[in-house]
Amino acid sequence: MSLSGLFVQALNGLAAASTLFLLASGLSLIFGVTRIVNFAHGSFYMLGAYVAWSLTDRLQGAIGFWFSIIAGAAAIGVIGMIVELTIMRRIYRAPELFQLLATFALTLVIKDATLALWGAEDLLGPRAPGLAGAITILDRRVPQYDLALIASGPLVLLALQLLLTRTRWGVLVRAATQDRQMVAALGVNQAVLFTSVFALGAALAGLGGALQLPREPAGLSMDMTAIGDAFVVVVVGGMGSIPGAFVAALLIAEVKALCIALGDWQTPLGFIVAFPKFTLVAEFAVMAIVLILRPWGLMGRPDTTIRPQGSTSSLLTQPGTRQSWFIAGFALLLFAAPLLVEARSYTLVFGIDVLTAVLFAASLHFLMGPGGMHSFGHAAYFGLGAYAAALCAKALNWPMWAALVAAPAGGLIGAILFGWFCVRLSGVYLAMLTLAFSQIVWSVVYQWDGLTGGSNGIVGVWPSSWYSSKAAFYCLAVIVCGGATLLLRRILFAPFGYAMRAARDSVARSEAIGLDVRRIQWIAFSIAGAFAGLAGGLFAFSKGSISPETLGVSRSIDGLVMVLLGGVDTISGPIVGAAVFLFLQDQIARHVEYWRAILGLFILALVLLFPAGIVGTIRAWTLRR
Amino acid sequence: MKAKLLGGVIAAAVLSFNSLASAQTPIRIGEVNSYKAFAAFLEPYKRGMELAVEQVNAAGGVAGRKIEVIARDDNANPGDAVRMAEELVSAEKVDLLAGGFLSHIGVALGDFAKQRKIVYLASEPLTDKIVWQGGNRYTFRLRPSTYMQSAMLVPEAAKLGKKRWAFVYPNYEYGQSAVATFKALLKAAQPGVEFVNDQATPLGKIDAGAVTQALADAKPDAIFNVLFGADLAKFVREGSTRGLFQSTSVVSLLTGEPEYLDPLKDEAPKDWIVTGYPWYAITTPEHKAFLDAYQKKYNDYPRLGSIVGYSTIKAIAAAIAKAGGANTDKLVQAFSGLQFESPLGKATFRAIDHQSTMGAYVGRTAVKDGKGVMVDFAYRDGAAFQPSDAEVKKLRPAD
Repeated sequence: MSLSGLFVQALNGLAAASTLFLLASGLSLIFGVTRIVNFAHGSFYMLGAYVAWSLTDRLQGAIGFWFSIIAGAAAIGVIGMIVELTIMRRIYRAPELFQLLATFALTLVIKDATLALWGAEDLLGPRAPGLAGAITILDRRVPQYDLALIASGPLVLLALQLLLTRTRWGVLVRAATQDRQMVAALGVNQAVLFTSVFALGAALAGLGGALQLPREPAGLSMDMTAIGDAFVVVVVGGMGSIPGAFVAALLIAEVKALCIALGDWQTPLGFIVAFPKFTLVAEFAVMAIVLILRPWGLMGRPDTTIRPQGSTSSLLTQPGTRQSWFIAGFALLLFAAPLLVEARSYTLVFGIDVLTAVLFAASLHFLMGPGGMHSFGHAAYFGLGAYAAALCAKALNWPMWAALVAAPAGGLIGAILFGWFCVRLSGVYLAMLTLAFSQIVWSVVYQWDGLTGGSNGIVGVWPSSWYSSKAAFYCLAVIVCGGATLLLRRILFAPFGYAMRAARDSVARSEAIGLDVRRIQWIAFSIAGAFAGLAGGLFAFSKGSISPETLGVSRSIDGLVMVLLGGVDTISGPIVGAAVFLFLQDQIARHVEYWRAILGLFILALVLLFPAGIVGTIRAWTLRR
Repeated sequence: MKAKLLGGVIAAAVLSFNSLASAQTPIRIGEVNSYKAFAAFLEPYKRGMELAVEQVNAAGGVAGRKIEVIARDDNANPGDAVRMAEELVSAEKVDLLAGGFLSHIGVALGDFAKQRKIVYLASEPLTDKIVWQGGNRYTFRLRPSTYMQSAMLVPEAAKLGKKRWAFVYPNYEYGQSAVATFKALLKAAQPGVEFVNDQATPLGKIDAGAVTQALADAKPDAIFNVLFGADLAKFVREGSTRGLFQSTSVVSLLTGEPEYLDPLKDEAPKDWIVTGYPWYAITTPEHKAFLDAYQKKYNDYPRLGSIVGYSTIKAIAAAIAKAGGANTDKLVQAFSGLQFESPLGKATFRAIDHQSTMGAYVGRTAVKDGKGVMVDFAYRDGAAFQPSDAEVKKLRPAD
């Protein structure tokens, strides 16, 4: 690798960094002010590319092209405004993170709408007029458009900095980022501020997508690839810090360019290190390292006080004995029903899926609700459990029961290891560190062909003959998942559970009365990991095969959706949330063509109807009465 | 009360209809696929399938019964795919399963078929594992595998006589095994070749600029590309802007398929050696008949997905006809060594590993009328691009 080659690779990195920055700056703004974890940001980015494509298709010439880019961004800004006015505004008072559910539903709706409007085929846009060629730098040809992109990042940064520091609106935004209750108390119209910030953030995402057109085709998977990058950049830079996002984008893009430039490296020890393969997780590895060293990102501020704006987590009350018996009896009846009513065996198959999902969601809820630690990477422990069980059963020929014991051990070991780092952080930073770890685990499993079967996974993990009938396996699932969920519940009302909730509600007071908060959180994290692992083990045997998807992001998101849908402040919330989510998905996917959009609309309706989750809202109704 | 009454009437009607039709109940094919997640391939696939079903039924069905496809979306997720397969088998009582797009889903469905003892025809997934390491008695595969398609390109690659080769591929099993096969076969065909650079890029997230630069810096004489979809489009655009392809030959897997070539429009690469499907220039009568019927029904041209969907149904119909019904054991026997007609010509399901010998077209890319096309192409029969039987036996567990 020559020095001149490295220099040009650094330029490539700069161009990639500008793209990342545009994508991330909007997300950072939105989060800073509204505290919304906006999952739909990647969808705005994708829509920006599509709208700009349609415009460039109709408008010719340089003016037409640049007008299309700007108009595309503006159109997405308007869409963002509409979303804020019609949906987000109604749920600001919901529990923390609940808005994530609405934005998740939006991604589903936007994806199917894009498919319906623009079709399935990738749409390659035109090259930028006047910037279509390349210029020669150090004997290498660099696209002119890349140089324009390199300039666009700092320009947008400058514009945003001016906007934020020199205008009254900017002062309000910065004030709201630091302490929005105070801003509200001082009489600033929050509604207008939030709407404008959301619209601007969406427009920036749209601009990022539109500016990508000369480099990549508009396609339906842009949203998901973009959203991960955007979150990573925002978090590495420090939530709410625009310059931080810029530095983070530079760091990540340059690390990737360097990996690609280095190529395969023959180590003195004989084996080969393939640096290009590292690009699979480069951004997540960078994020993990940065967060471990700087818990609030590169330029984030640790001291922002966030007083809960919505309902504070309410006290969990232990139901009386009679009530408990009633609930237990009811649950038993519910789960026995599929067996009694002869039933098609599909009901059992579906029931098994629901039961594993319930246990997974319950373990995540244990961490998120009473534990107060949000996790965006809980699937890692589910997957580790699944792989532990599958490997014990396949490679070591263990019987099923032994493999099912290994499953929670797999989840537990992973959680002990990663939890130690995670509990040193808080809030969204903690959540993103869990995501980073889960992505790192995912990439190892995805690449380690010899052990894990790589991207194809492990097949032939079927239950031992005694459990091979669906009814028998269903009974096993009821006992294991039911028992484990009850055990989790029991822990909540044990002294440890009280200590956990105390640690969540006030770190300072808990420490004052002698609780070791970090240790408690670490134990809670590990317990949640073990139970997720158990669910994973059961999942492996119910499907007969597993692949890296079991520990992928989308499973983590599904878990979050289930917990939030049911209600994070209730104990039975995750159970109801998991059942409702799976039921809707199963029914809609089988009967409707554009099932993702319909599922998204259903979730949006549930979000607006039950702003504290299904169980949480129903409980609020009964209490009011 | 009203609803109950209505329900009763409907139930009675259904019952009487059932008893009338019992002699003529259609044979049910359960189809599991990632319809929405990979719509660009699977919309034409579904159309091809529907056309074939219509043709088979218009000709009176097979073994005296009509056929019917019940399709389910697996959300690109193997867990959901297995659940949908369970539902199709237990609730919908399908006679056999077909479909699958992603390799890991194909592998999972194949193993499910083995467990539940039901025939599964993997139509699209390309991984070699479906028929070799993960092969089993009940699973068959239609499309030419990663191995076969890579092998088809090797003779052409060796003819180029280039010494220094570089590789760019999506970083998962498909890309890895395509490159491994290509390297091994090329080394055997052309001793003394050098492999100078490997770029494994994350699927769907290639840093095209940096990758192009790194490839150019390695100064290869030729490149073997396994990228497809959006990654391919980004790579092609960067590569042509940066002049990577001016002095380097490119041999490329799947790039001649309309699914991947058409989005590139007039920027389609020129003179790449590719596998693909030149629907506009195939003159065989069996393809012409298919093309006419397809264009008449849909007023659109077929993609490779259409061929795969169409041939899936045709192969299944041929197997049912040979088996004289949809009994699983008879179907397994019928599929082994089954010869069937596809728009690309006759093909056979090899008894040794259940892989069909359906081939692909190998040719060079060109741009005509602002569109990418394949020229100088020839059909490569899949039967000729297989490892030796002894090797296959070593790879594949006994049934």
